[in-house]
Amino acid sequence: MKYEAVIGLEIHAQLLTESKIFCGCSAKFGAAPNTNICPVCTGQPGVLPVLNKKVVEFAIKTGLALKGNVAKRSIFARKNYFYPDLPKNYQISMYELPLIVGGHLDITVDGKAKHIGITRVHLEEDAGKLVHKGAAGLKGSTGSLVDFNRTGVPLMEIVTEPDIRSPEEAKVFVQELRNLLVYLGVCDGNMEEGSLRCDANISIRKVGQKELGTKTEVKNMNSFKSVQKAIEAEIKRQTEMLESGERIVQETRLFDDTTGTTTPMRSKEEAHDYRYFPEPDLVPVEPDRKWVDEISKTITELPSAKKTRLMKDHGLPELDANVLTDDKALADFFDECLKLYKNAKNLSNWMIGDLTAYLKAKKIGIKDINITSAQFIEMLNLIDKGTISRNSAKGIMVKMLEGGKSVNDIVAESGATQMFDENDLIPVTAEVIKNNPRSVTDYKGGKEAALSHLMGQVMKATKGRANPEALKTLLVKELRK
Amino acid sequence: MELFELTAHELHAKLDRKETSAEEIVRSVLGRISKVENSVSAYMTINIDEAIIKAKEIDEYIASEKKITPLTGIPIAIKDNMCTRGILTTASSKILRNYIPPYNATVVEKILQAGAIPIGKTNLDEFAMGSSTENSAYKVTRNPWNLGTVPGGSSGGSAACIAANEAILAFGSDTGGSIRQPASFCGVVGLKPTYGRVSRYGLIAFASSLDQIGPLTKDVTDAAIFLNAMAGHDLKDSTSVDLPVPDYRKSLIDDVKNLKVGVIKELLGEGIGSSVKKSILEAADLLKKLGAKVEEVSMPTLKYGVATYYLLATAEASSNLERYDGVKYGHRSSVADDLIAMYYNTRREGFGPEVKRRIMLGTYVLSAGYYDAYYLKAQKVRTLIKNDFDKAFSKFDCLISPTAPSPAFKIGEKVDDPLSMYLSDIATIPVNLAGIPAISIPCGFVNDLPVGLQIIGKAFSEEMLFRVAYTYEQNTEWHKRKPKL
Repeated sequence: MKYEAVIGLEIHAQLLTESKIFCGCSAKFGAAPNTNICPVCTGQPGVLPVLNKKVVEFAIKTGLALKGNVAKRSIFARKNYFYPDLPKNYQISMYELPLIVGGHLDITVDGKAKHIGITRVHLEEDAGKLVHKGAAGLKGSTGSLVDFNRTGVPLMEIVTEPDIRSPEEAKVFVQELRNLLVYLGVCDGNMEEGSLRCDANISIRKVGQKELGTKTEVKNMNSFKSVQKAIEAEIKRQTEMLESGERIVQETRLFDDTTGTTTPMRSKEEAHDYRYFPEPDLVPVEPDRKWVDEISKTITELPSAKKTRLMKDHGLPELDANVLTDDKALADFFDECLKLYKNAKNLSNWMIGDLTAYLKAKKIGIKDINITSAQFIEMLNLIDKGTISRNSAKGIMVKMLEGGKSVNDIVAESGATQMFDENDLIPVTAEVIKNNPRSVTDYKGGKEAALSHLMGQVMKATKGRANPEALKTLLVKELRK
Repeated sequence: MELFELTAHELHAKLDRKETSAEEIVRSVLGRISKVENSVSAYMTINIDEAIIKAKEIDEYIASEKKITPLTGIPIAIKDNMCTRGILTTASSKILRNYIPPYNATVVEKILQAGAIPIGKTNLDEFAMGSSTENSAYKVTRNPWNLGTVPGGSSGGSAACIAANEAILAFGSDTGGSIRQPASFCGVVGLKPTYGRVSRYGLIAFASSLDQIGPLTKDVTDAAIFLNAMAGHDLKDSTSVDLPVPDYRKSLIDDVKNLKVGVIKELLGEGIGSSVKKSILEAADLLKKLGAKVEEVSMPTLKYGVATYYLLATAEASSNLERYDGVKYGHRSSVADDLIAMYYNTRREGFGPEVKRRIMLGTYVLSAGYYDAYYLKAQKVRTLIKNDFDKAFSKFDCLISPTAPSPAFKIGEKVDDPLSMYLSDIATIPVNLAGIPAISIPCGFVNDLPVGLQIIGKAFSEEMLFRVAYTYEQNTEWHKRKPKL
């Protein structure tokens, strides 16, 4: 029996605003526990939420980039459930009337374009974090503590239509969406730290069948790879159940990255009745047209447009364009460099080759290095002019990246400029000829390879600075003497 | 006359003329408290030392700055559901028995800025749920007019302390009549402002879409002065309205000529005591005599007010009270083996029976499968009630009715009959549902217990209410009667 999967995703993105969604506390990650808190985000009696305008702006920006409609009127609701990391025991979240309705994100999988519909984008507040004393989790711990720093950090939930058909598509979608959010500057996209989280609704049905199968919701996927692995595992589980004549139960399941399987978390019957109702402490969100237009003007070039431009206008191959656009900071640096340098392919080679290799080895991003695009281009220009060799440039680049010095300073300090002048090369060449009589004899006897050996010796003696062309001419001349 | 017997505007005049000092006023009020508080039990907390220190500071300020506000040096009582930094704030609930807020409610901040002196925190029905102050987890406040009767509720402590001269001004909060009904029972002035006129930030929420803070005072002039100080837009409350605050003292005009006053027919019918009805009709006659055009008006949807209110208010309350869980502050049960037991036991021990009743009712109203039939339907009826008021205000400048169906009832009389207790708010509840302002002023006595006249206006027409109330007050003597304690 042949089955096809029907997958919809819910993505939670922490928004990169300075302050929380309903109070003035810092929304920064990583502060000491319970230092970014106030009466409002700790749910003191009598406090009221006040909506952070920047949060709405970021969601509208995202909605516009996804070609969605900004609702004329959206409202927050209360989602009621008891948990110690939720100080009010209700979460303020949009429910019936979300901020963004509709939209789509087009992705490319195996060279084929695929249209993924967006159902809605809405806003909500994040919960706090429980810390269990004496154990990694609740089990075996001697007590639990709560850190409210994250309470009220703005979250944007993006819900897709059930348009996704494979684990691969799901992974690519999450990657592309992440790129988009990072490009928009609304989310840092860090899945490991939890600033981007993904849940998947998965069902399978016989190929050709119209009706949807019973779905399960899979949670706890903390990387692109685990999105793919979790969905693969769940499709496999559902397929095996159907093939052995069993029925799928609607439930929420947790993915375990170490075992690569999903396990039941709660059944439909155990699902909470959240008793949603409109949040009476907030007024409806009614963004005026002018403000929405202003926000749309702040959207700069998005990944797909950038990729097309790099290929069409600058003649880069798709692979280069993909690698560059996947990292917004890298792409921005590339664009800065392009203003100063015409050979896009050469620039791309350096950036996705040696520069990326260096960043990867150091586990840092391009934002963490302290050279400017102008300094980087200075180096490329010196290579192009032949002042430094391609090989020595690699070492020079590392020095630039580590010391933040200009290429000229490094070259001057190390004397790394190439030796073109015969007068500079004659003494060392003479020395090599004198010390390698056998090679000289071999060469004179017709063995061309001996010349390479001699050149190598000169290179060694000049620490690679001898210009190969100039050296070869000189050597041949000297040997013929 | 003792200082504690005076109104805020009279004390202000004395301070202005240097005939007295803030310290003298505070000592006079504290003296009165020590004399009568044992019989009235209006206060949860009395800030004796802090009030005297503050009064001395204010006197120094007056000496150096010479400029004082109408509230400078005036002792104010604060209902114990308003947060006061560093001062125990319980909402008269066991679950907040040890709660000391880290912040001030906006209204508290405002009166402190104006130089007023918080004298203490007053008793209320637990979380403002009740109409007699008998639902306080701590004490029963008594009506100064008859210590065997209730002061009304939920702002019973605030109303009683004004009637007993235990404070000059008092804050109340009104969700379904909690300022006006106790004002009526205690023979004082109580105003529920338009929803959004006064910031709710720091008011411990009961039903967020209905709650509003307002003044309880000895006369209409003080109510206007006090509202001046507390009203206005607050960035911390998104539901507060960004409209300029007029100087309400300017609307204290003794003139109702040609004003159109509607007497609400449905609030003089079934369930309203005949002597109360008589007082209201006499008040209507007086207004007519003073030149107002008085007519009867029928508002057929008002009869759904109480039912609508107990669906919406309890729904919001069930959610608002979820935060009292023993995790962060307040009472935590000492008998619990796990999280769920901790929640259950904390709330079982911490909440009183009326609060539990309302949490259960509200939870039910919002539950899957019932939401449409109860919550949504009630919202629709709320709109119908609003429409009924809009219609009435297209014809009338203000509406009048009794504030409560009867004068103060006996302590214990209704505690076992919640429905009859709920019906004591029949005339006040529709006003909260419509979000409009209403004032209660003394308009007579039945068996030596005060009766209140409710004057209702359209949204943000507090000036109209002050004008009518002031005119009535200037032409009657009711507000001058004081209980013998």
